[in-house]
Amino acid sequence: MTARLDASFAALSDATRRGVLEQLGRSDASITELADKFHMTLTGMKKHVGVLEHAGFVTTVKVGRVRTCKLGLRRLEEEAAWIESYRQLWAARFDALDGVVEELKRREKNDE
Amino acid sequence: MNDRTIVERKSERELVVTRTFNAPARIVFEAWTKPELMKLWWAPKSTGVPLLSCEMDVRSGGMYRLEFGHDAATSSSFFGKYIEVTPPSRLVWTNDESEDAAVTTVTFEEKDGQTLLVLHELYPSKEALDEAIIGMDEGMPEQFGQLDELLVTLSASV
Repeated sequence: MTARLDASFAALSDATRRGVLEQLGRSDASITELADKFHMTLTGMKKHVGVLEHAGFVTTVKVGRVRTCKLGLRRLEEEAAWIESYRQLWAARFDALDGVVEELKRREKNDE
Repeated sequence: MNDRTIVERKSERELVVTRTFNAPARIVFEAWTKPELMKLWWAPKSTGVPLLSCEMDVRSGGMYRLEFGHDAATSSSFFGKYIEVTPPSRLVWTNDESEDAAVTTVTFEEKDGQTLLVLHELYPSKEALDEAIIGMDEGMPEQFGQLDELLVTLSASV
């Protein structure tokens, strides 16, 4: 698993590759389109896509002479994981809020 | 008790957080609408980022501003406007720190002395919510901590 983590971090450590993921989040694109969009050579973009593919963030399908890139299954796992971390943030807030609410109830009772 | 808080993506544009509190709605509402009380719970210690300041003018059209961080130089702020304030049952505010941010509606529904709180976030588009989730924008460096956690979660599940 460490190898996969390393691959993930390496894949996301580059601004162009993050840009490619953002772009593919909007729509699928060919390597040529991505290269144009990011002002790169075809060879340079192929390398970036290769790194993203290796890390599971992107899948590619070659039809004829065109290789089309789309977001990998990884994205769904990421969404689930993000939602869980967001839930943990709210759970922590709400646990603290429980304490505030108890204090307010106690004060209200004392005022009666 | 951690699983009492539920988060669901209800649709392409909506995220919903629910939790029940053991208190009447007026009390829970009060804790959401007084800055001195918000300070006590909005930035719990476990998140690691303290709330530096909290200004809230809780009425329709009133503004709010929250500053998070360790000092003024590295702080980040969240701000917007209250659209609706209906004690003790409903609060609606905008999040104006980004064009792609959500409109937040919080409802407080009392039943048998308990309050069901529903926090509903409506994003302007599917892309805006996707982006908030995947976080592939300039916010990336700050979110590496979160990504770190995410990858640990993923690795645990593989």
